[in-house]
Amino acid sequence: MSQRPDPDALLAKLATEGGATERGCLKVYLGMAAGVGKTYTMLSDGQEAKRRGEDVVVGFLQAHGRRETEDLAEGLERIPLKEIPYQGITLEEFDLDAALARKPGLVLVDELAHTNAPGSRHRRRWQDVQELLSAGINVATTVNIQHFESLNDVVAQITGIIVTETLPDSVIQEAQDVELIDLTPDELIHRIKEGKVYIPQKVDQALDGFFKKRNLVALRELALRRTAEAVDQQVRTFRAAEGVKESWHTSERLLVCIAPNKLSTHVVRAAHNMANALHEEWYAVTVESTRQVSEAEAKVVYEALRLAEQLGAKTSILSGAGIADEIVRFAQAHNITTIVVAKPVQPRWKEILFGSVVDSLVRHSGDINIHVIRGVDDGAPPANPLAVRNKTIDWRGWGLSVVTVALATVACGLLDPWVKEAGKSMIYLLAVATVGFSAGMAESAFASLLAILCLNYFFTAPRGTFQVANPQYYVVFTVLAAVSLSISALATRTREEGRQSALRARRTAALYELSRKLAATRSRREIAEFAAEQVRNVFECDAAVLIKSRKTGELFSAPGSRSGFENDDKEIAVANWVADRGTRAGRFTDTLPGSSGLYLPLNAEKGCVGVLAVLLGEGRALDGAWEHLLQTYANQLAVAIERTNLAKNSTETHLEVEREKLRSALLSTVSHDLRTPLAVIAGSADQLRSSTTLTDPHDRELAEAVATEAERLERQVRNLLDMTRLESGSIELRPEWQSIEELIGGALLRCEPVLAGRSVKVSLPQNLPLLRLDGELMEHVFINLFENAARHTPEGAYVHVTGDQKSGDVEILFENNGPCLIKGEEEMIFRKFARSASTKGRGSGLGLAICRSIVEAHGGAIWAQSIQPQGVRFVISLPLPDKAPEAPVEH
Amino acid sequence: MNTEPIRLLIIEDEAPIRRLIKASYGPTEAHVFEADTAEEGLRATARHNPEVILLDLGLPDQDGQEVCRQIREWSQTPIIVLSARGQERDKVAALDNGADDYITKPFNVGELQARIRAALRHGARLKTQAADVPFERGNIRIDVGGRLVFKGGVEVHLTPNEFKLLALLVRHAGMVLTHRQLLEEVWGPAYADELHYLRVYMGQLRHKLEDDPARPQLIRTESGVGYRLLVDG
Repeated sequence: MSQRPDPDALLAKLATEGGATERGCLKVYLGMAAGVGKTYTMLSDGQEAKRRGEDVVVGFLQAHGRRETEDLAEGLERIPLKEIPYQGITLEEFDLDAALARKPGLVLVDELAHTNAPGSRHRRRWQDVQELLSAGINVATTVNIQHFESLNDVVAQITGIIVTETLPDSVIQEAQDVELIDLTPDELIHRIKEGKVYIPQKVDQALDGFFKKRNLVALRELALRRTAEAVDQQVRTFRAAEGVKESWHTSERLLVCIAPNKLSTHVVRAAHNMANALHEEWYAVTVESTRQVSEAEAKVVYEALRLAEQLGAKTSILSGAGIADEIVRFAQAHNITTIVVAKPVQPRWKEILFGSVVDSLVRHSGDINIHVIRGVDDGAPPANPLAVRNKTIDWRGWGLSVVTVALATVACGLLDPWVKEAGKSMIYLLAVATVGFSAGMAESAFASLLAILCLNYFFTAPRGTFQVANPQYYVVFTVLAAVSLSISALATRTREEGRQSALRARRTAALYELSRKLAATRSRREIAEFAAEQVRNVFECDAAVLIKSRKTGELFSAPGSRSGFENDDKEIAVANWVADRGTRAGRFTDTLPGSSGLYLPLNAEKGCVGVLAVLLGEGRALDGAWEHLLQTYANQLAVAIERTNLAKNSTETHLEVEREKLRSALLSTVSHDLRTPLAVIAGSADQLRSSTTLTDPHDRELAEAVATEAERLERQVRNLLDMTRLESGSIELRPEWQSIEELIGGALLRCEPVLAGRSVKVSLPQNLPLLRLDGELMEHVFINLFENAARHTPEGAYVHVTGDQKSGDVEILFENNGPCLIKGEEEMIFRKFARSASTKGRGSGLGLAICRSIVEAHGGAIWAQSIQPQGVRFVISLPLPDKAPEAPVEH
Repeated sequence: MNTEPIRLLIIEDEAPIRRLIKASYGPTEAHVFEADTAEEGLRATARHNPEVILLDLGLPDQDGQEVCRQIREWSQTPIIVLSARGQERDKVAALDNGADDYITKPFNVGELQARIRAALRHGARLKTQAADVPFERGNIRIDVGGRLVFKGGVEVHLTPNEFKLLALLVRHAGMVLTHRQLLEEVWGPAYADELHYLRVYMGQLRHKLEDDPARPQLIRTESGVGYRLLVDG
């Protein structure tokens, strides 16, 4: 029995494939270095695609002044570059908006790793490419191996150059196709020497620097490996889809610990490479411990976490006193098989004194493997976290030490006659312990040193000197120091834990408060107002909530921020971008980082419902915990807004139903109450008219007038009601097979009296097909057209109806030789209450409007033309049904 | 001519309409009974045994369809339904529930009287079972018993189904037949919804019988309802 495919994997594959039909395909031309011919190959392929008939355009081309490359681009449509003024010069960038508007089949965008000029929408070009892909445009692009985020360290080690323009590996992993453009190092060096890659002045510089053969060999290996990995990935995708049993253990999970030091990003990259090579799921965590962390350290940790996220890790921020304990707990809860940590950077003595995280991890991790990675020596000394810490000396601690020890000395002096050295040392111990409880480690150490010196100088023999006669005092001094330091360490830790838990409690309380209030609030405005207020208070910043209108989809600022920063045109554009894409943008992000606010999308189940705009004060940074909390706020807010949206929708549907009921009730009442008396008037007048007892010609005339006018009024009311019904959509089309001839015949029968005196001729081809029409409504159209003809033509005029089958529809022509339409009236007469200037206001002005509504409801069209020299032609075009009905059978 | 006054029952809640109909007949021409609710209408039907019933579909106390059904349970008296325009579905339902014909408000009094006459004739035909009188209108002569059709004295050849259709219309001359009734009768119940059969056959019949098929003087289309064979007088 063959292995069943894993349903999750199948779903994922489906998502990728399903996405592929909407999302554009990405092809990456990968090279080990500049000059291997990536752009050249991309352009050749582009030309080839164009020959195949594809819609190919060049979005951006970095020709480096190479003629052959420029020549190759000949004949391909180019999107003009966007000029961005920057510090007095003009930078030329790929024009994303122009490309999106042009919407080609394939766009060639050179240099994927490029960093856009400040002021562009995205910070990096790969983000432009992502947007092209999500717009369903296929993209071909080029990139060199040194730009891969995860290879950043390796490349730095090989070449000694730190590449700043890196891109997340996931961008390349998404590519449907990765083509390696390979060249042996010797060939490349040869090409460089020939001046084919760089202009002659730069050749020597290049060959001495980056393009050393040693470098090229290593980079080539990296590129080959990466390509092999991409191929491997494809193979696995296919195998997974076909249910082939994987030959490796898939339950491997890797966890990388991030510490606030410079090694953190290196460790993350290394862990990513390991996880990738072994096809493992991986996590990145950091522990917010009791130790105070400076802003610079927090930034390092945050950046490492962001990097890990970009590289595909699941990230988490843990908190607790014991770093190792927390990590092990997390690892066990998530079935981690391997923990990756950096080699310790602190000196050995510190480890002995304070213990090391690595040691306790190794000791407590049970059956989890611990992988310790060496740090990379990048020449710079590892940043000392203490060095960047803002030092504000707490004079009170030091003062307390001095005062307490002085007091102890005074006390010992007073008690000197009665208390021996052992007792005095106890008094000093008390003093040192007191300091330890309230001051930090350094202060406690200082206090114990002071105490030892005082005890030694004043009270141990020989007094007045720092000499020690009896060696047992060394024991006393040591105990004194040890006790004071341990108490101080304990106390500091307790205080810090208290601070942390207070902070956590405050955040939890704030979140709880938010969800409680959100649950109790009904209107979106109130929700938004409250949430903005909370964000302002908890995060100490300015904030605004922008809600997406349910009808127009536009954003409106529900409660404005205090400074009104979000009302700036540029900021509005950012917010709209966020609302459309459902991803964050603005400050601290890679998209439109030039804007002043940070914009988080409020993503709910049914898409983005709004945007949370946050403005931090100048110089404030975004830290991990802060960001997590803000995101949680945004999530809560999104759910709350969606809930009110849904509630509102259901109320509106209900209202709509009620309104509809009322409308049809009104319609039928009006129709009944108006038409019954009218029917009686018309009927009575009709009887009177035909009565034999009515002999006075004058009375006869009156009866005639009542009868005709009542009939006319009846028609008017009928038209008005019909128009109202049609407009309110309460008429439902009931298409059936109809014969045009029959419908026109029926209409003619009804219109015979009004058409008296006109010569009516109907000549329809006998093979006119049956159409799917609502018979009553369509008969109504013909009746209106006949009545219209009767109204607008003098007696003796002709009305001629013809028909014709065109390719996709049937045309029916009503022609008369009445007065022509005045120019411009051809359209006007179909409007409601519009009357032709040539008539003296006899009709209701609704007949033709009704005709148009009905014909259009059938998917057809109706228009009018003047016939020269005299006459008007109405043309009705009705679509042919998809298939003709089957022919009747004769039994 | 029949000089006996006709017994007419009007079940209609609008008094002016009742009055209008009543006024259209001279005192010697008709006995008009009136009922303004369904309940009263049913009672009046039993008590007066009218020859024709005019039934409004929009009665205050009961659905007109239900009244139709109840009358049909014990009486074959022709029923003509009075209905407003736009209620084609109701009309068809009433006809399928046993009503014999309908007239749309506002109606022409002459037209109503013609319908009533047709209904009376139909009622008489049902009683005597005499269907052998040839039908004549204009230059058309239809002999149902002899399966012969003449136009201007010349025999017209019809296919069997064309003739079946025409014969059915003749049997109900002057009265409407719904699409469903025609289809079921001619092609069988399985074809009740094959409306295009009717459209095609009616077209053929008209082209064979009418002088101007686009202005039929013999078979009238009742839009959304069915067809009617027009009669003289």
